[in-house]
Amino acid sequence: MMDTLSQDEWMAIWLSLRVAFVATLAALPVAIWIAYILARKTFPGRQLLNGLVHLPLVLPPVVTGYLLLVLFGQQGTIGSVLYQTFGITLAFRWTGAALAAGVMAFPLMVRAIRLGFEAVDAGLEDAAATLGASRWRIWRTVTLPLVAPGILAGAILGFAKALGEFGATITFVAAIPGQTQTIPTAIYGLLQVPGSEPAVLGLVVVSIILAMGALLVSEWLARRMAKRLDGK
Amino acid sequence: MISVDVRKRMGEFQLDVQFDAPKGVTAIFGRSGSGKTSVVNAVAGLLRPDAGRIAVGDTVLFDGAAGQHLLPQERRIGYVFQDARLFPHMNVMRNLSYGGNHDAARVIEVLGLEQFLDRMPSRLSGGERQRVALGRALMRNPQLLLLDEPLAALDAPRKAEILPFIERLRDEVKTPMLYVSHDVSEVARLATTLVVIEGGRVTTSGPVGKVLSQPETVPLVGVRAAGAVIETKVAGRLLDDGLTELAFSGGRLVLPGILGVLGQTIRIRIPAQDVILATEAPMGLSALNVLAVKITRIEEGRGPGVAVGLQAGEDHLLARVTRRSALRMALAEGQQIYAIIKATSVGPEDIGH
Repeated sequence: MMDTLSQDEWMAIWLSLRVAFVATLAALPVAIWIAYILARKTFPGRQLLNGLVHLPLVLPPVVTGYLLLVLFGQQGTIGSVLYQTFGITLAFRWTGAALAAGVMAFPLMVRAIRLGFEAVDAGLEDAAATLGASRWRIWRTVTLPLVAPGILAGAILGFAKALGEFGATITFVAAIPGQTQTIPTAIYGLLQVPGSEPAVLGLVVVSIILAMGALLVSEWLARRMAKRLDGK
Repeated sequence: MISVDVRKRMGEFQLDVQFDAPKGVTAIFGRSGSGKTSVVNAVAGLLRPDAGRIAVGDTVLFDGAAGQHLLPQERRIGYVFQDARLFPHMNVMRNLSYGGNHDAARVIEVLGLEQFLDRMPSRLSGGERQRVALGRALMRNPQLLLLDEPLAALDAPRKAEILPFIERLRDEVKTPMLYVSHDVSEVARLATTLVVIEGGRVTTSGPVGKVLSQPETVPLVGVRAAGAVIETKVAGRLLDDGLTELAFSGGRLVLPGILGVLGQTIRIRIPAQDVILATEAPMGLSALNVLAVKITRIEEGRGPGVAVGLQAGEDHLLARVTRRSALRMALAEGQQIYAIIKATSVGPEDIGH
């Protein structure tokens, strides 16, 4: 298989992993926070926030990519500020691919983590409060350990989504080999070239292996957590 | 001394509860939905009232007028929930010491938890879970203990397993307690003071013996549950027959079983429906206990029954007879009559120390 994949394809695999990891890691804390307030707090504008979070899930990915370009492009509202103050460019860079993947994965992560929060009995947090624990200690010792399976599920789901993101990525950062070309955009590019079936097959196999690997790791972690609660 | 004044609007429901609890166990009694749990939640700080004042001793926990509201964390109040609420991801020892390690060795010993310390909560029975929850609240060294129907989810044998622990807490540790219950025999056994709540308001409150022997209490607690509670002393034993003789201000009662040692104080509950009235001293009866009593009050109920308040010495008893019998016997307040109590009518669950 090493031979069927060229330098560019190996770069695409490496870049995909990097993009998916960075996207998941960066989106996770925000997703946990948003999921927590959606699950536990009532405040005006809650439905609006919920809708906003879910927008990338229901919008055509191309539209999301275009909006990212408008907002985060070098001339964009946020992008120009980032460029002028920090010298950061996102459009047509791998960091932009990570932003696109993170935005697209975000609603899926929030949904899974929110379910996790809803499964934790808020009464346990009350019990911890009557035992004198500060809010931070309750969060660290009660809420977080119990919501961990939900966070794990959200992270895996987000990672898988980020790994496969196509529409928003290609719109926002295009598919520059070695810079912004990820596995899906590489497969799409190869399909336009006659005689590249072996390389396509190779990337497809890699995709399946990565997806299965992520699933197996999450299954194993989930089982370990369940065992701990069961007292074995 | 705990003083509670809580007002809170919750949708259509208006909670408006005031009472003072002296030391000992104060039972908050009422049907489900009467607002009992909201009251203890307000005392714990989990529910912020709209108005009122809550104080334990000199510590003001909540003062609506002054805008003062201590967080649950700042209150040093132990709370035992109906569903235990043990942390499922921590073993028993970590659960116990979550809020502190006050008197750990003794709490573990008194509650018999030595063999469970490294077990996870999912491996405990319902009764064991409640014992751990009780221990966890105690190790926080609370100035007040709240118990919200801690036995409601348990069957009779498990209840019998935990009640003695709570009695020991009351008599040895002397932590003041607010005990929410809808079970009269639990209340009769544990409480010193009784607060009856109905529809978000206190309908009656006072020393448990007095409140439960008032004929007016019958409709509040239900006809089956109504009954007087009296303090007695073990006065003798009839070993051959397996009976114990108990003395109180109104005379002597003989009950089955060997109940405590000579001179020990025993609290018993005599259900109103198990007291028979007679206008003349009865003869040729199998019942062992006949007491000369005076009628203090006759209260008509909604049904066919009449609640009759009786005075026996300094103590008060309660009987329930049909309206038809009351008319035929021409019962009247102030009348001297006889109360007949069948020896077995005082169930073991009604006997406390």
